[in-house]
Amino acid sequence: MDFARLTYMANQIARNFAAQGDAAAALTCQHIKDYWDPRMKAAILAGERSGLDPIARAAVELLES
Amino acid sequence: MGYEPQADFGTPEVQSETAVTLTIDGRTVMVPAGTSVLRAAAMSGGSIPSLCATDSVKAFGSCRLCLVEVDGMRGTPASCTTPVAEGMIVHTQTERLARLRKGVMELYISDHPLDCLTCSANNDCELQDTAAEVGLRDVRYGYTGANHLGEATDSSNPYFDFDPSKCIACSRCVRACDEVQGTLALTIDGRGFASKVSAGQAGDDFLSSECVSCGACVQACPTATLQEKAIKELGKPERAVVTTCAYCGVGCTFRAEMKGEQLVRMVPWKDGKANRGHSCVKGRFAWGYAKHQDRITTPMIRESIEEPWREVDWAEALSFTAAKLNAIKAEYGPRALGGISSSRCTNEEAYLVQKLVRAGFGSNNIDTCARVCHSPTGYGLSKTFGTSAGTQDFDSVEQADVILVIGANPTEAHPVFASRMKRRLRRGAKLIVIDPRRIDLVRSPHIEASHHLALQPGTNVAVLTAMAHVIVTEGLADEAFIRERCDWDEYQDWSRFVSNQRHSPEALEAVTRVLAADLRAAARLYATGGNGAIYYGLGVTEHSQGSSTVMAIANLAMVTGNIGRRGVGVNPLRGQNNVQGACDMGSFPHELPGYRHISGTETRAQFETDWGVALDPEPGLRIPNMLDAALDGSFRALYVQGEDILQSDPNTHHVAAGLKAMDCVIVHDLFLNETANYAHVFLPGSTFLEKDGTFTNAERRIQRVRKVMEPAAGYADWEVTQELARAMGLNWNYAHPSEIMDEIARLTPTFSCVSFARLEAEGSLQWPVNEAAPDGSPIMHVDGFVRGRGKFMVTDYVPTDEKTGPRYPLLLTTGRVLSQYNVGAQTRRTENVVWHDEDLLEIHPSDAENRGLKDGDWVRLASRTGETTLRAQVTGRVAPGVVYTTFHHPATQANVVTTDYSDWATNCPEYKVTAVQVLPSNGPSEWQESYASWSVKSRRISAEPAE
Repeated sequence: MDFARLTYMANQIARNFAAQGDAAAALTCQHIKDYWDPRMKAAILAGERSGLDPIARAAVELLES
Repeated sequence: MGYEPQADFGTPEVQSETAVTLTIDGRTVMVPAGTSVLRAAAMSGGSIPSLCATDSVKAFGSCRLCLVEVDGMRGTPASCTTPVAEGMIVHTQTERLARLRKGVMELYISDHPLDCLTCSANNDCELQDTAAEVGLRDVRYGYTGANHLGEATDSSNPYFDFDPSKCIACSRCVRACDEVQGTLALTIDGRGFASKVSAGQAGDDFLSSECVSCGACVQACPTATLQEKAIKELGKPERAVVTTCAYCGVGCTFRAEMKGEQLVRMVPWKDGKANRGHSCVKGRFAWGYAKHQDRITTPMIRESIEEPWREVDWAEALSFTAAKLNAIKAEYGPRALGGISSSRCTNEEAYLVQKLVRAGFGSNNIDTCARVCHSPTGYGLSKTFGTSAGTQDFDSVEQADVILVIGANPTEAHPVFASRMKRRLRRGAKLIVIDPRRIDLVRSPHIEASHHLALQPGTNVAVLTAMAHVIVTEGLADEAFIRERCDWDEYQDWSRFVSNQRHSPEALEAVTRVLAADLRAAARLYATGGNGAIYYGLGVTEHSQGSSTVMAIANLAMVTGNIGRRGVGVNPLRGQNNVQGACDMGSFPHELPGYRHISGTETRAQFETDWGVALDPEPGLRIPNMLDAALDGSFRALYVQGEDILQSDPNTHHVAAGLKAMDCVIVHDLFLNETANYAHVFLPGSTFLEKDGTFTNAERRIQRVRKVMEPAAGYADWEVTQELARAMGLNWNYAHPSEIMDEIARLTPTFSCVSFARLEAEGSLQWPVNEAAPDGSPIMHVDGFVRGRGKFMVTDYVPTDEKTGPRYPLLLTTGRVLSQYNVGAQTRRTENVVWHDEDLLEIHPSDAENRGLKDGDWVRLASRTGETTLRAQVTGRVAPGVVYTTFHHPATQANVVTTDYSDWATNCPEYKVTAVQVLPSNGPSEWQESYASWSVKSRRISAEPAE
């Protein structure tokens, strides 16, 4: 999968949940769980996280756990 | 059914709770108060001659044929303009009336051609029938006086002729244009003997006038004056079958009027609950594509897209395809295969495609065209209300007091509903339009928007949140409704959010470019003007915040209590004819039929038991993800039924690259569309005229599609999918689409009481149709939201990442026109090209002048993604800084320019915001030239017969 695109998608989801405050990372994580294909999830989990915004990064960490 | 004209009761139906009893020719009749005597007579089985009356328009009282005598009343009043009264005694057949009617008919016939036997309306002419009814045997005035018999026929319209020599000046056409269609293109020019029907201004003919060819005038005409050319060529139909239109989400029902297997004409069905007897140019006339010479009726295969196509029989095509799919599945696993169901096909066909993908391919890689149109509607309304569909029926607009139209242009895209909306607006409802373009509704005959918020493209969420700010901070919220129906804690969080000063109209004015005072006034009107109804379209969904905008709309409806009754609600105007149905049928990669998530163990188990296979519990790929995955080699086969993603989806280069990377692309369609240029298998499709099934329209109305002719290629689409499933080893044995619907009902709670038998009996049903709502649900969320309590969702404005700048200073937004439909595959193959034979770029005069462009100049439209060339149309409809075009023509391929940016929640493309530059051009772009050459090469069909 195009990792840059997945990173962009994760950041975009996180930005739109940002107004939810403390729940934003969990909501972003749940969104990825609910709507992403397994290879997309695997790619975001395996990839470099420096391009992820803080909420998106926290969401990916939640996805991992 | 055989051929019988539709019943005409003379004047429109009246709704009244009071019944009136009267006597007509000795028969006791009970009708609603306000009904005309003419209608009452017709309702009781009687017949009063008339010519200027028809039940689609108000009574006019001009022909003087429907005269009656009423006990106690002087003279002979016209029954069409005389309302019934309690105890009234009416006589419709007396010697005096017969004499008067015969005299009137003499006058009509003295100026009418006596060519009945050779007239195209012979035996289907109200004038002829009426002459017979009144017993006309002679015309005392002769035929040599001044007359109109030499008037020339206007044949300018491609679908119907206007022959003024046969006109009786009854004004039915003029009134139909005014009252039914609302265009007001026709008028009676002149007075007395000089009176004549005139289209547009002096010097206009029908084609050059403002006539939109809806056909209402043709339907209303009692003679052969306005008549379909097809009737002149083919003669009177011999049978009629009621079916549902295959254009747009309004879901008009028509009588397909036939001679054998020849379709003669499509006439809107007066009992159709979506269209109420009206039509538009597409459904009424643009069906010629069904017999177009471009149709491919023989299956074709090839090993490589570099090779020419090879025609084969069905057996070879299916075994070739199944072998390829099974081999890819064996080598790369089930998740390397996927499919796209069609929003132009029936519910039963969409259901089978998703079933083939899930049960046959073994993945959840199923998607549909809603990905690029209303997927945000599904997401947004399910989060807030609990269901992925609009809340109202179309009739509801009659009770609306304030109509808010955002990101929709119903006049062009949903014309039949637009006519109903316009009628309500002419009767006094207020209108708010939120749209960057000055769409027709902003100002059209007898309609003017109270507020047109011409926002900057991409700022919908900012505008709607600012409206919410006004409503909450000015104390206009319906607190009682919110407390009773919504989650109060969530409301308080949301109201604190929107009340923040940064969401005020004043703070956002620089972003939205909407004057704060206008926005405040619009918000106050929506909140306080009575029943507030919101109608929206792709200008809402096709943005990076499409889902947020849908949720912001839902928030507005909840905060003002505008949900759960007639006249209010949230109404997505769905694009394609069955896009609602395709979504309902489980065409999304994360949902099984009925919008139930694939991860739900109980739901999945239900399908697994019924289908006899284990299902993948993980969501599948969306269309753009499929294309990405194709490029990395993990997605290798795609079955596309009735969609043309190369032309319709964004960033054409990316779509082409993804398709090219796949091992097996199967296109199942009527024509060799643009996607087929990258396909290995072509399976001929069937039109809506060639199959049985159901469509579901934008008001969740399930309606029958009925076969009126045999499939040109031998199989209906559902049969082809079934044969492919069998070739892959699945044991499917559906004998008729009704059996597929039975399975849908068995597995889908919102459809549990739907069957073909019930649809035959009821005409149509609006889901949910189940034990809780056995007769269906015209209005949703009446006593409570489907999800329980309505959920306010915080929708913060997040600007799009697509930015204008020095290189790309303009914003492109795309859309459609009345005469064309989607990628134009159907409408480009009809006479509708008379109105639109190329995509044009609308550009504001100041932007055109800055670039030295004149109307009609060729221009190069370039974005960061690609460029194309088309002609400019200089117009004030678009604001400075904004340009607009359509995507109907493959020669232009507007989506070469659009980007990969998409809605954050659903990946619905951001078609409505692309930063572009427009410059003069003297020829096609490099891409256009290379694609044209590739397209010719790819469409070659080998002369060698199949082995």
